[in-house]
Amino acid sequence: MIHNSTDVIIKTVARIFIPFIQLYALYVIMHGHYSPGGGFQGGVILGASLILLLITHGERVAMQRISENWITILFSLGVLIYAGIGTLCLFFGGNFLDYGVLAPLLHVSPAAARSLGILGVEIGVGIAVMSVMVSIFYNIARSGPYRNKGTTARRES
Amino acid sequence: MKSLTIIIVLITGAVLFYGTVDMPDWGDPNSPASRHVSPRYITQTVAETETPNIVTSLLADYRGYDTLGETTVIFGAGMVCILILRSARKREE
Repeated sequence: MIHNSTDVIIKTVARIFIPFIQLYALYVIMHGHYSPGGGFQGGVILGASLILLLITHGERVAMQRISENWITILFSLGVLIYAGIGTLCLFFGGNFLDYGVLAPLLHVSPAAARSLGILGVEIGVGIAVMSVMVSIFYNIARSGPYRNKGTTARRES
Repeated sequence: MKSLTIIIVLITGAVLFYGTVDMPDWGDPNSPASRHVSPRYITQTVAETETPNIVTSLLADYRGYDTLGETTVIFGAGMVCILILRSARKREE
């Protein structure tokens, strides 16, 4: 059980930083075409911002923002977006993950359709990585022999 | 038994090291990898995908199938954590 921190400095700093971390994560995902970055890196940064919220404000606040069931749904959704875009290409007569054939659907040239296809799968990867990071952290933090030790340790100190 | 394992590991390692002797030098422009598909990726990326970052176009377009596998690996890791840890948590509660 992760509790709400009693330290006002930690909570304030986290509250100020979390929006900027998330904004930066979205920038890393969206700007993967032009600079180092992409779905994996941006997803990890986004996951880190949610983990920061979880360890500073406790489980209850974090789970109000994004519940465990939603995280599970999201990380399936991320892989589904990726595989779905790939399968969509099959329906348009191309190979699996051959985004060029999506051009008539998106009303752009085949090269631009490839660019948009890359963006689509990067978003899928970002969602999957973000929710898997949070899910693994949450599950490891919640289970094990020290699961309920937090309360007693806090009372003793 | 343990010494046999060490001998097998050492022999396998020696064979693998011997195999690296035949590999091309690091970044050799005349190596097969640099002559076969790399020039096409480097010269045609912008024309074919409108993506200035070659790494991204390689990762998500030319080698998109690999990246789908990577995402599935991450998905599998998350799923296994849920299957093992959440069921253990439920049992404790």
